[in-house]
Amino acid sequence: MADTTGAVEVAGTADGPGGRPADWPEAVFAERPGFVEGVRAYGLIAMMWLRSTMAYRASFAMTAFGNFAATAFDFVAILLMFSHVDRLGGYTLPEIALLYGVSGTAFGLADLLLGSMDRLGARVRDGTLDTLLVRPVPVLAQVAADRFALRRLGRVLQGVLVLGYALVALDIEWTPLKVAMMPMMLLSGAAVFGALFVAGAAFQFVAQDASQVQNAFTYGGNTLLQYPPSVFAKDLVRGVTFVVPLAFVNWLPALYVLGRDYPLDLPVWVAFLPPVVAGLCWLPAGLGWRAGLRAYRSTGS
Amino acid sequence: MDAENPSGFIELDQVEKVFDVRRKTGFMRSERRQVRAVDSISFRVARGEMVGYIGPNGAGKSTTIKMLTGILTPSGGRLRVAGIDPSRERTRLAHRIGVVFGQRTTLWWDLPLRDSYRLMHRMYRIPDARYRENLERCVELLDLGELLDVPVRQLSLGQRMRGDIAAALLHDPEVLYLDEPTIGLDVVSKSKVRGFLRDLNAERGTTVLLTTHDLTDIEQLCKRVMVIDHGRLMYDGALAGLHEVGESERTLVVDLERQLPPIRLESAPSVRTVKVEGPRQWLAFPASESAAPLVARIAADYPLVDLSVREPDIEAVIAKMYESATGM
Repeated sequence: MADTTGAVEVAGTADGPGGRPADWPEAVFAERPGFVEGVRAYGLIAMMWLRSTMAYRASFAMTAFGNFAATAFDFVAILLMFSHVDRLGGYTLPEIALLYGVSGTAFGLADLLLGSMDRLGARVRDGTLDTLLVRPVPVLAQVAADRFALRRLGRVLQGVLVLGYALVALDIEWTPLKVAMMPMMLLSGAAVFGALFVAGAAFQFVAQDASQVQNAFTYGGNTLLQYPPSVFAKDLVRGVTFVVPLAFVNWLPALYVLGRDYPLDLPVWVAFLPPVVAGLCWLPAGLGWRAGLRAYRSTGS
Repeated sequence: MDAENPSGFIELDQVEKVFDVRRKTGFMRSERRQVRAVDSISFRVARGEMVGYIGPNGAGKSTTIKMLTGILTPSGGRLRVAGIDPSRERTRLAHRIGVVFGQRTTLWWDLPLRDSYRLMHRMYRIPDARYRENLERCVELLDLGELLDVPVRQLSLGQRMRGDIAAALLHDPEVLYLDEPTIGLDVVSKSKVRGFLRDLNAERGTTVLLTTHDLTDIEQLCKRVMVIDHGRLMYDGALAGLHEVGESERTLVVDLERQLPPIRLESAPSVRTVKVEGPRQWLAFPASESAAPLVARIAADYPLVDLSVREPDIEAVIAKMYESATGM
C-alpha cells in the first residue's frame, strides 16, 4: 500500500531533468469518468475517419448509395411477396413495414456507431490492437470508432423511409403513450444491437475469427425482425425473447403500437421494457468486454 | 520523489511472463504447454539513460516492452515505470510514455501527416503552446517540414518512421520505447533517426529503451546494452564489455608479396590463420591483446606489403553468446 501512495506522489511532483515540464497543467492528468472520455475519444477518432473517407469522395458517394440500395433490396423482397399474397403471417404490408422500419433504423444506428467492431479480431491477429492500448483513452471507444463509416447512414436512411411509409399508410389510433413509444423503441433497439456488437467483439478476443458468429446475431437478427413473429416457430420466438432479447427491439413494442396480440401470450406491459432490457444487455456485454480485454492482456494473442 | 531508489526510473524485479500455448493435436483436441517468454528478469534504468535491448527473435524483447507499456500484465514480479504500475494504471502511464512500433505505424494512412499530429494534440490534451513548440522542434530536427501536408500513404518508409517518432514525442513523454526503429530504413534515414534520438536524449534527458536487430544502432546510441535470450537476461552492461564476455577476436588482414603457405607464429599460440586467398591472409587474435607485437613479428618473418585490423563483429559476439547459453 505504501508503495502506491509513493507512486502517486512521484507522478504529481516529478519535475527533475527530463521530467514533466512545469508548464503542463495538472488538469491534463486529472482522473475523468471513463464514459465521458470514451465518447470524446470516439468523436475525435470518428472525425479522422470521416476525413479519411472524404479523401475519396467518389468512392464514398458510391459506397453510400450501394449501402442504401443493398439494404433496400430486403424490402423489395417483401414487396415482391405481397404482390402474390395480401397478408404475411396475418400481417398487412404497412404493418410489416412498421416492423421492418423500426428494426432497420435501430440496427442501422447501431451499425453506424459500432459496426466496425467486428474488425477487432483482425486487429488482435495482426497486432495493431497494441497501438491502441498505449493511448490514454478507453480501448472500447477506440475500437468502436475504428473505420467509422458515414456510408452506413444508407442503411439508416432506408429504414427511416420504410418507417415513414408505414406511419403514413397505417391507421393507428395514436395515444401519447404510443407516440412516446416510437423514439423509445428506436433508441432501445439500437442499444440492444449495440450490446450485441460489443459482446461479439469481446468474443473475438478469445476466438479471433469469430466475426461471422457476431454477424449471425446482428445482421441475422435484423433480418429476422423484419418479419412478424407469427411466421416463425415458437421456440425461435422464445429464444429471441428470453435468451437474445431481440424481440424487444420491435416485435413487442411495435405490436403494442399496432394494437395486436403478442406472441407467447406475454402481458401488455412487456412493451414498455425495451429500455430496461437494453440496460440488461449492456451489463453482460460490458463485463464480457472487460474479461476479453483482460484475457488479451494476459495472453497477448 | 524517487527517494527510495533514485536510480530506478524503470524498475523490474523478477518479472515473469508465462503464456499458455495451446497446440492443436487433432480435431477438437489440443495440448497445453506453458512458455516462459520472460523468465525472472530484473534491471533498473535511470532517468535519462539510453539502453539497447537486444536478442534473437522470440527472445522476449517485445514481451518485455509490452509489459513496460502496460499492454501485457506480468505473470509475476514487480514492475514500475516512473513509479507507476503499468498494467494497473495503463491509461495514466500513457501520458508519460511514448511508444514507436517499428513495423506498425500509428499515423493515418489517407490523411496528411499534420492531421495525425492534431489528433495526438487533442487525445493527449497537450497544452497548445507546448504542442506548437514540440511540433516545430520535431519538424525541424526530423526534417518533416515538406512532409506535413503529404498523405502518409505517399511517404517513404524512412519518412514514415520519422513521422511516427515525432507522433510519439508530442506529449513530452519521459520515456520513449522504440521497437525496431530503423528496420527497413536506408542508410541516410537510419543516420537521421539515430542523430535525432541522440539529441533528444542529450537535450531533453528523455529515457530511451530500444530494441533492435541492427547493432550499429546500439554502437552509435547506447552506452548500455542488455542482451536477452530465452526470456533471460544474459548480459547487462557496457557495449565494450560484451567482447570480453563473448571472447571475441579481432582480425588482422595482411597482404604479402606473393602467395605463401598460412602464416604460423610459434611465439603466439593464440593467433590462428583463418583464411588464405592468394597473397592475402586473415589472422584472428583475441580482442584483448594488442596488435602491435603481432604485426612486428609478422613483418620480421614475412614479406609484408600492407595490413589492416578489423574490429570484432558484435553480431558474431552475440551469436557466440547465444550458442554458449543454449549449450548450458
